[in-house]
Amino acid sequence: MHIQIRKFYYGDIPEEKAGGAEAPQKAAANEQEWPLWEVFIRSKQGLDHKHAGSLHAADAAMAMENARDVYTRRQEGVSLWVVESKYVHASNPDDAESLFEPAADKIYRHPTFYDLPDAVKHM
Amino acid sequence: MLSTNPQTISIQQQIDYALHLADTTLILAQCNAEWCAHGPILEQDIAITNITLDLIGQSRNFYQYAATLINETASTPVTEDSLAYWRDERAFKNLLLVEIPNGDWGRTVFRQFFFSVYQYLLLEKLQQGDDETLAAIAAKSIKETTYHVKWSSEWVIRLGDGTVDSHDRMEAALAAIWSYTGECFEAAEYETESHTRALKDAWMLQVKEVLGEATLTVPENVYMHTGGKNGIHTENLGFILAEMQYLQRSNPGAEW
Repeated sequence: MHIQIRKFYYGDIPEEKAGGAEAPQKAAANEQEWPLWEVFIRSKQGLDHKHAGSLHAADAAMAMENARDVYTRRQEGVSLWVVESKYVHASNPDDAESLFEPAADKIYRHPTFYDLPDAVKHM
Repeated sequence: MLSTNPQTISIQQQIDYALHLADTTLILAQCNAEWCAHGPILEQDIAITNITLDLIGQSRNFYQYAATLINETASTPVTEDSLAYWRDERAFKNLLLVEIPNGDWGRTVFRQFFFSVYQYLLLEKLQQGDDETLAAIAAKSIKETTYHVKWSSEWVIRLGDGTVDSHDRMEAALAAIWSYTGECFEAAEYETESHTRALKDAWMLQVKEVLGEATLTVPENVYMHTGGKNGIHTENLGFILAEMQYLQRSNPGAEW
């Protein structure tokens, strides 16, 4: 049985292995390429920012304006977040089994076994 | 029009002024639209076409207002479409600044920057003016123009204070365009002298600040072209109108 253990420090994750759907590319070949940013939009009715897509921009101010131009043309939102894709870390699909399946048969973790008095309206 | 007494402005002056505002935004939109599918990068292609759509929306408002005024006394009614598609160059009253060729991206953002700062100050004045329709149009348009000013200033700074190549191109663009900016502040006979002059100082302040950040210098003592507001245009307007009006003139009344 082989479980790979590594010691990570903050900022260690090399850019080729970081998030985004792009295939890993050598940094040298892409000096001309602007960094990729992920865009999250809070819609008028919504409470949370939802992922809307990604775009390229040279800096944060441009990323914000590009996100406004590209993703809010049709009144999609009232608030924008932009995050550089290299700072978004995704879980490894190979680990999906060990990360997520164990929760499936543990219903005793759900907060649904209390009888609430009628007076309690919003729980 | 800014005046303390609306009666002193004739209907013809109001019409001419509305047409000037409409023509200016329409021609700038038409020029910017040439970048559609040719932008330097996808997001900026969308950005400039969004700006174009904002400008077209503004020009429609101004044309509708002009049409209403004209139709009060006209024998054959006009519409916003007939005003945009059926007038010749000599009838167009747009600023020369908006009809000069696009050039490269640097020149385009420079043109947008000079125009948008001027337009922002103008819309502020119109909001407080006596003409209610223009004030209402200005109140709506100024939100769009605020964004245009922000977008174009940031690009001027990025390119001016960028690489050696981009800086050189911006110097060339500045030398080519600067002589068309003076016309904004010369009052045509349908405008009020005092208010156009007042805009110039505020405009110069903003321009100097941004050019300073962009490590570019404001040219001094340059001859300023004039005539656009009175229908005397550069060669390029002919090409712009030919492209814009061709379809309506060959298929009159055609609709989508």
